[in-house]
Amino acid sequence: MSEPMNRLVTTPAAVGDSASNVASAAEPSAVFSVTDLNVFYGDFHAVKDVGVDVKEHEITAFIGPSGCGKSTVLRCFNRMNDLIETARVEGSVRYHGVDLYGNDVDPVQVRRHIGMVFQKPNPFPKSIYDNIAFGPRIAGFKGNMDDLVESSLDRAALWDEVKDILNQSAFALSGGQQQRLCIARAIATSPDVLLMDEPASALDPIATLRIEELMHELKSDYTIIIVTHNMQQAARVSDRTAFFNVSLNEKGQRTGHLVEFDETGTIFTNPAETATEDYITGRFG
Amino acid sequence: MATRTKAPTTTELVQAAISGRKTDVVGTLVALGLLVTIFVSLGVLVTLLADMLIKGWSVFAERGLDFVTSPLSPDPAKAGLSQGIFGSVMLMVFVVVVAFPLGVGAAIYLEEYAHDTRLTRFIVANMRNLAGVPSIVYGLLGFTVFVQLLSGVTNGRTLVSGGLTLAVLVLPIMMITASEALRAVPEALRQASFGVGATKWETIRHQILPVALPAILTGSVLTVARAFGESAPLLLAGAVLSNFFSAPAGTGFATLVTEADYTALPIVVFNWARQPQKEFIAITAAGIVVLLVMLLLINGAAIYIRDRTSRK
Repeated sequence: MSEPMNRLVTTPAAVGDSASNVASAAEPSAVFSVTDLNVFYGDFHAVKDVGVDVKEHEITAFIGPSGCGKSTVLRCFNRMNDLIETARVEGSVRYHGVDLYGNDVDPVQVRRHIGMVFQKPNPFPKSIYDNIAFGPRIAGFKGNMDDLVESSLDRAALWDEVKDILNQSAFALSGGQQQRLCIARAIATSPDVLLMDEPASALDPIATLRIEELMHELKSDYTIIIVTHNMQQAARVSDRTAFFNVSLNEKGQRTGHLVEFDETGTIFTNPAETATEDYITGRFG
Repeated sequence: MATRTKAPTTTELVQAAISGRKTDVVGTLVALGLLVTIFVSLGVLVTLLADMLIKGWSVFAERGLDFVTSPLSPDPAKAGLSQGIFGSVMLMVFVVVVAFPLGVGAAIYLEEYAHDTRLTRFIVANMRNLAGVPSIVYGLLGFTVFVQLLSGVTNGRTLVSGGLTLAVLVLPIMMITASEALRAVPEALRQASFGVGATKWETIRHQILPVALPAILTGSVLTVARAFGESAPLLLAGAVLSNFFSAPAGTGFATLVTEADYTALPIVVFNWARQPQKEFIAITAAGIVVLLVMLLLINGAAIYIRDRTSRK
């Protein structure tokens, strides 16, 4: 079952080709199509009725106040929520038209196609080389591992800094370097999508800028979804922005919902909803 | 400004504000009190060690290695520890071979695979209770189960029975130690591993176990050290409490382990301690010294393993 999927999305370019046959040339085709997404943790209704379309080779930003469910929604895209025992996902998340929560979908295979970068840099307690090589190795990569490690680090703009210390522990790197290593690690399995959960929130402004520049470069090959607390960051890097907000539901629980989803320029200059305008102008949140 | 006394400068004001006695009376007293507690604990230990060394020194001086290599004997001038040491070492082998894989395996299942249900929590709570059960109770279990019920397998009062009894005794402790080591592995590492498409087993095998291993090994060695010092359960599980026993000369190793009588270091020391003759006092003390040295060696091995594995 995993085999055909592997072939379908071996390289991002291949996906682009097959997708462009279906979609019109002007509008990038949807990588993810989310409708009526509801997420529960036990009895807690975390996210309510979310619907977004994520376009290919774009950067989509999820912004909103704490607890608005933006990370929760992000974690539905690579089935990371499966790791939380009480989590339950309702509604549909389609990835190139395939229901990610379909019966014959293997979450492990999903995560090989949809990479993730976490809020705090979390390199493996291994050498820099092994951090990159682990993913491809378990996925059964047969090619030249040295080349793959080099190209992955190169694309994450880290190669020049680490090429002489590949066998040193990843913990020897600075926080910003560790985060770029995590991006390189996510790229190494040649995914189609990169999910970034506040990737720069633990970094200083210079390291943050490097990550943002990197995202711009990676955009041509990957579809990127970024969750961020930093509105300027969303404005700087993203093509489309989804604004999430929190409201109390009938049980008094803080449930997140999608307020507005549009092109980033529109969201920041001419939002349709007052809540969005209040948030981006700093009146709350 | 027509003031007679000059107004104090900022420097003088600050000087006055931050000057003080520089002595923290309460803090000093607390520190002294804490120091006393260290000396009391150390004092007890040093007194015990000194007492044993003084009483047993003549044995080491007169007999040297002969004391360690001789078998049991009713004659205190000839009695030695060889059977006790052989028994204790073999018992430790049983503990390591049986309890280590079972304990670590159970811990991996409970920490990484089991769902957090009431049953799981019930099992974990009871494992903790089992770790606190007095060792004599395990001795009774060893007697009824391994010596009597399973005598077809263990041949009754043999090292097999004793080893299995001790293995069961330390199993809960082994499991708890391994559980805690696994729980200390950061969740971020699991997420990172799943995030690049690793399966659960790949995550455990390549990411979690390597990180948890130093703590698991150290804890296991210390657990083995605890089993090494146990005597009560072995008395019930068939260890020979006697001044003399022997297997026929030339008995093979396998027979010694699976069929012959056995004893252990703490049992030998206990037996000597209850002998009425004055001459046994010295060899009892010397036996205790050997027991303590072996325990120190095991604990030293734990430190060595921890340093070796965590440096990698």
